[in-house]
Amino acid sequence: MADADSDDGEDIFVSNSNPVSVSRGVSQPDRVTEEPSDLFSEEEEAASSTAAKANGVHSDDDNDLFADANVELSTDKSGSSARKEPSGPRHASSFTPSPAAMQPTSLEQLEEEEAKDSFDVDVAVTNPEKVGDGMNAYVAYKVSTRTSLPMFRSKVFSVRRRFSDFLGLYEKLSVKQSLHGCIIPPPPEKSVVGMTKVKVGMDDPSSVEFVERRRAALERYLQRVVSHPSLLQDPDVREFLEREDLPRAVNTQALSGAGFLKMINKASDAVNKMTIKMNESDTWFEDKFQEVENEEQQLRKLHVVVDSLVNHRKELCGNTAVFAKSLAMLGNSEDNTALSRALSQLAEVEDKMEQLHQEQAASDFFIFAELLGDYIRLLGAVRGCFDQRMRAWQRWQEAQSTLQKKREAEAKLLWANKPDKLQQAKEEITEWEARVTQYERDFDRIGMTVRKEVLRFEKEKAKDFKSQIIKYLEAMLQSQQRLIKFWEAFLPEAKAIA
Amino acid sequence: SAVLNVDLQTDAMLQVDISDALSERDKVKFTVHTKSTLPNFKQNEFSVVRQHEEFIWLHDSFVENEEYAGYIIPPAPPRPDFDASREKLQKLGEGEGSMTKEEFTKMKQELEAEYLAIFKKTVAMHEVFLCRVAAHPVLRKDLNFHVFLEYNQDLSVRGKNKKEKLEDFFKNVVKSADGVLVAGVKDVDDFFEHEKTFLLEYHNRVKDASAKSDRMIRSHKNAADDINRIASSLYTLGTQDSTDLCKFFLKVSELFEKTRKIEARIAADEDLKLADLLKYYLRESQAAKDLLYRRSRALVDYENANKALDKARAKNRDVLQAETSQQLCCHKFEKISESAKQELIDFKTRRVAAFRKNLVELAELELKHAKGNLQLLQGCLGILKGNT
Repeated sequence: MADADSDDGEDIFVSNSNPVSVSRGVSQPDRVTEEPSDLFSEEEEAASSTAAKANGVHSDDDNDLFADANVELSTDKSGSSARKEPSGPRHASSFTPSPAAMQPTSLEQLEEEEAKDSFDVDVAVTNPEKVGDGMNAYVAYKVSTRTSLPMFRSKVFSVRRRFSDFLGLYEKLSVKQSLHGCIIPPPPEKSVVGMTKVKVGMDDPSSVEFVERRRAALERYLQRVVSHPSLLQDPDVREFLEREDLPRAVNTQALSGAGFLKMINKASDAVNKMTIKMNESDTWFEDKFQEVENEEQQLRKLHVVVDSLVNHRKELCGNTAVFAKSLAMLGNSEDNTALSRALSQLAEVEDKMEQLHQEQAASDFFIFAELLGDYIRLLGAVRGCFDQRMRAWQRWQEAQSTLQKKREAEAKLLWANKPDKLQQAKEEITEWEARVTQYERDFDRIGMTVRKEVLRFEKEKAKDFKSQIIKYLEAMLQSQQRLIKFWEAFLPEAKAIA
Repeated sequence: SAVLNVDLQTDAMLQVDISDALSERDKVKFTVHTKSTLPNFKQNEFSVVRQHEEFIWLHDSFVENEEYAGYIIPPAPPRPDFDASREKLQKLGEGEGSMTKEEFTKMKQELEAEYLAIFKKTVAMHEVFLCRVAAHPVLRKDLNFHVFLEYNQDLSVRGKNKKEKLEDFFKNVVKSADGVLVAGVKDVDDFFEHEKTFLLEYHNRVKDASAKSDRMIRSHKNAADDINRIASSLYTLGTQDSTDLCKFFLKVSELFEKTRKIEARIAADEDLKLADLLKYYLRESQAAKDLLYRRSRALVDYENANKALDKARAKNRDVLQAETSQQLCCHKFEKISESAKQELIDFKTRRVAAFRKNLVELAELELKHAKGNLQLLQGCLGILKGNT
């Protein structure tokens, strides 16, 4: 009865291994002390479009998305090096203000533009070091940049930054008018508990894990920032990467993880309370927003389960270690020599299994759980930019309403025949007409930005998830291979019992 | 049988097994099936239905029989315990509203599998007990055993009355007090001295290893459950749309479905081959300790009888009575010692054989499962990387 066998898993997958380029350098826990040459991942695409864009002049104003007339476009999404100059006039004429009139051709162009996002900038965050003592201590990280872009002062350089500096960067970027509609990558969360432990001492396992988790998260954060075409152009980003002494960021109090979420949700509430409901003639935004919300919810659920897995694996790890010791003791007291030996060997196998479980738990956490955490926050940021668009719309509507009131006031004044007041009224009308035009243009611009950003984001997300999950599975595969070795070594020992 | 698969010498054929079992609300009914050429049975092949308490009655009757003082009494099977499983099933029923139909069906299937595994185990343990008795040259001839096997009516032994329960309680108290006695008195016979030292230590370590193996396997099951939920979650994500990424999620979900089945099997196999093995030898080593205790008691009785005889001779009173008593004690002690020695040697043989069998099977199963997992992962990665 106890000889029941397991069901043989059907081999429905045909083994067809194709080595593929690795992810863009989301790091493993043991990369802290590596040399600069190992800091960067191997994501090199055919040609750099930013080389063409980056003439050192940062245009704060992304009003005209298609002003990048010299960006490389390619009809082949897999990255051929064919250069195709988009014609300026074509862009100008297809640029229509209202989302309702968004032509399919423009959308195609957006997608093609996304396909050629390649940036010759690599960043890495390494060497966490505790600075100072006691409760004022903090951790400083080395931020290294490797680039061929002329807008930077050199090709390889590094600076030291602390956590609040990263938060400060986010703070600056998130309030820029010019970046409204952009998906600004959110930084990792603050942790008072984690940091307090580190201030006390950086040597115990939980502090080591905390620091490594944070280092890896900061690296991913920066990598996302620099791979964003608009953000890379931003002088604050450049300053963050290059400047030796960065003034301390002071407004980061609000930016705990909970604070960030609160910000997003407050914006959502404001939007929900809007009295004038938007009439979306283009359902793209509504549909997409719904998709984003659903996905965020799904990822949260998944994250909870992966966290549970991490904990159970850690538990398994501990219990296996304890069992291994117990088994060794049993082997010692067994008076049949061969059996005693076999039990000791089994205890060693269990010890090795503990090691495997430890590594698997780390993989579960650093590769899978953190990926999910990142994207839950990123989806929050996506929701944020949809809200920014709504607020822009609201501003436009309010301006129109004000303009209307001004016109009515002018009409009344005409009747009442008060020439000086009339003049003022006319001036105000002109002013508000300009504003209405401006706000409408802003709204359209943000709409375009949001669409472009979302497309880009979805591509990045797909790439990220695929590469990370593949990495996760590869770690699992290696685990199994080692497991097989352990048991193959043990089997003859068991058979030798007599 | 599960743990014990060693061929012991048998005179006439007596084969016992549990051919069927039925789990009802609060009891399990085992169908005990016997094949025998022994003349004292009415037929050569027959079956009866027994419940757990009747097994316990049989075991206790062996323990209480003075004639069997010199044997290791096969340990009683543990009570069938479906409480935890039933509780989980109930919780699942209560939470039915809060999960999707797929999730519910999945979890229900798993609980049913768990229930089935516990059921199989309890059947195996009851069967092992009977097989051990049937294989023992002396116990197999026991009248109560034959009644147990053949009498097709209820043995009416369920629920000991209060008086009996109290007697049991005191018996155990006395046993443990005497445990100190056993440990203290050094034996003249080297063999038994060694066995005493060995068994005391071995028993404690097996107990420790058994408890810790249980905890380890439980963590393993928990991890497998999480992988199951991850698979479901990925499936939901994958069905949101038909993009490349969604297809990717669906493939990975499929992989996790398969690997977690393997992980669950690994935990189940570790349970059967390792945890159950340790549990069984925990009980057997206790039975061996009980034998040593009975021998020590007999030795103490013998020594006391010697002292009483000396006293009687000195006073020249009741000498014949004292002589008879002393001779009885001597005979009892020698009889126990002789059979105990053989029993302890057999115990070692059985133990080594059982460990060998189970450890070999454990290693083979672990290898099989690891290779299965590896194949799944290689296949899946091949497809996933090919598409990226």
